[in-house]
Amino acid sequence: MAIFINETTRIIVQGFTGKIGTFHAQDMINYGSNVVGGVTPGKGGQRHLDRPVFNTVKEAVELAGAEASIIFVPPAFAADSIMEAADAGIKYCVAITDGIPTQDMMTVKSYLRRFPVEKRMVLTGPNCAGTISPERAMLGIMPGHIYMRGNVGVVGRSGTLGYEAADQMKRLGIGISTSVGIGGDPINGSSHRDIFEQFEQDDETKVILMIGEIGGPQEVDAGIFAQANMKKPVIAYIAGLTAPEGRRMGHAGAIISSAGESAAEKVAMLRDLGVTICPTPAAMGETVAMVLAGLK
Amino acid sequence: MDIHEYQAKELLSGYGVKIAEGGLAYSPEDAVQRAREIGGNVWVVKAQIHSGARGKAGGIKVCKTHDEVEAAAEALLGKKLVTHQTGAAGKICNRLYIEAGTDIAKELYFCFLVDRVSEKIVMVGSQEGGMDIEEIAATNPDAIVKIEIEPAVGLQDFQAREMAFALGLDASLISHAVKTMKGCYRALRDLDANMIEINPLTITGSGELIALDAKMGFDENALFRRQKIAELRDKTQEDPRETAAADRGLSYVGLDGDIGCMINGAGLAMATMDMIKLAGGEPANFLDVGGGASAERTEKAFRLVLADTNVKAMLVNIFAGINRCDWIAEGVVQAVRKIDMKVPLIVRLSGTNVEEGRRIIAESGLPIITAETLAEAAEKAVAARNQVVANQAAGA
Repeated sequence: MAIFINETTRIIVQGFTGKIGTFHAQDMINYGSNVVGGVTPGKGGQRHLDRPVFNTVKEAVELAGAEASIIFVPPAFAADSIMEAADAGIKYCVAITDGIPTQDMMTVKSYLRRFPVEKRMVLTGPNCAGTISPERAMLGIMPGHIYMRGNVGVVGRSGTLGYEAADQMKRLGIGISTSVGIGGDPINGSSHRDIFEQFEQDDETKVILMIGEIGGPQEVDAGIFAQANMKKPVIAYIAGLTAPEGRRMGHAGAIISSAGESAAEKVAMLRDLGVTICPTPAAMGETVAMVLAGLK
Repeated sequence: MDIHEYQAKELLSGYGVKIAEGGLAYSPEDAVQRAREIGGNVWVVKAQIHSGARGKAGGIKVCKTHDEVEAAAEALLGKKLVTHQTGAAGKICNRLYIEAGTDIAKELYFCFLVDRVSEKIVMVGSQEGGMDIEEIAATNPDAIVKIEIEPAVGLQDFQAREMAFALGLDASLISHAVKTMKGCYRALRDLDANMIEINPLTITGSGELIALDAKMGFDENALFRRQKIAELRDKTQEDPRETAAADRGLSYVGLDGDIGCMINGAGLAMATMDMIKLAGGEPANFLDVGGGASAERTEKAFRLVLADTNVKAMLVNIFAGINRCDWIAEGVVQAVRKIDMKVPLIVRLSGTNVEEGRRIIAESGLPIITAETLAEAAEKAVAARNQVVANQAAGA
């Protein structure tokens, strides 16, 4: 079944008519994603990429039945776009935008929590490559052709390291149910743990690969959740063995600021929680293969 | 982005936080002049560098005469101070803050920060001021009080009072403490700070509450809307290589090893550096060229990596998504032709248009070592580096 998106999911693009939005919307359409239109305030009524443009997300939901959205709006306006999607009843939203102020994300998170759980939009990102259910739908900016359909659920902060994992698995004939990028920012829409909950419920997913990095408590938190609540095996790689303390490594969230946040500490804690650790980033594919072989 | 103590104090005093009288000095003469203006008979000469723990590094000197102020200023200006936060290279002191001596009765710890766990702003306090919060957390975690603030409504008086009582403040100081805390909170929200730390927050002999030190950190993603804060940036406090990178829109962190790296994506960059280490090498830098790496950008990145004279081999690892391997390959070939490259270059390309990219590298006729996988790339880079070191040893 995959999680979040499949070939029937009705997708809209926020920031549809801009250069970046146009480029990636076309790429998603080419991949086979069911893009039903887009939103650019002030351009409602026009057509773009042979699809309708709406002024508001509400109109897109009412008139085109939009269920999922992807955001390419610039950082200064992105938080507003996310909240507009949540208010309009979008169920799943991917925010690609890199550089959203942290306090804006704090506002977004507290806004989302106002909705009762059953009506609350799921947000992944910002600052991520998006989500793909291979051979069905892509809601992101990844090179779709490197992903093969299969039984591994992938969740990670980094875009290109996610591609690396997909590529290593494909070389070994292993496919992916859904790959979710949760983004490199300190405050993000969903945590590794939130995505674990979804994968545990998904029939198609047999094992989960978590691609983590230094900084923050989310990887260990997910490990604690997995030990207590999950039957499916979890495999993890944590990037940043060589990262010095207190220095930001590209991602705003990738900074070691307190105990338990370094790669070595996270690896030790996850191992204790029963997670299988990939010894090197070049061994993500083989480690997944080994765990899959153990299931049969 | 960090700012200096004197800048943080100036900002916070605009929000009603009480500070001791002080002034900025760029020379020993300035320092004495400031001491004269302040008056009194005790002054503190404080090195302005972007780091905590300045006292232990000799960056804070208490002086009882103008001559002592002059001598302290002489000793500190132009000097590199090394603290456990600056790393071995230390940070240069170009500015001094001269402050009236404070009669300290008690030192408290106080800060606001954006907490990743609760995704809220958290107010933290402790009666054990003066030491690092990490130290308090390790030795006496129960002495730390944390109060979460709901972003929609902001810091409430009752929460500030709760903190003030937890800090053991006398009833007569409570209303002033509430004002100080609310001022800091407003500053954090108005200025897009992600951290304000006052350590120590001091109770003076005459029963006043004074911010004796102040540290502020700002969200770089929000600087576009905080022009005045962006102007407070002091490039002398940054690694010059990182400043050069940031000015070119690249994300670079200088490290101590000798294998230079150019990679797209922060996660893949960290993973590649891990792989170098596991293969027995040490990376010289973290460098994320990002998406849309044009030939021009690639050349800039090459120049940046190779400006580090420690570099003995360079590794390029690109997994093209938005990027295309053929564009990257062209950029690499151009950069190598333009720059007189003296160290071996290892290139690994993967993803969109990989065949075309590999063909461009192969047909260039340049002595570029290619690799297909991440592991192979790291191993070849370490081997090339070792060969360079062996050749140098043989030559010497």
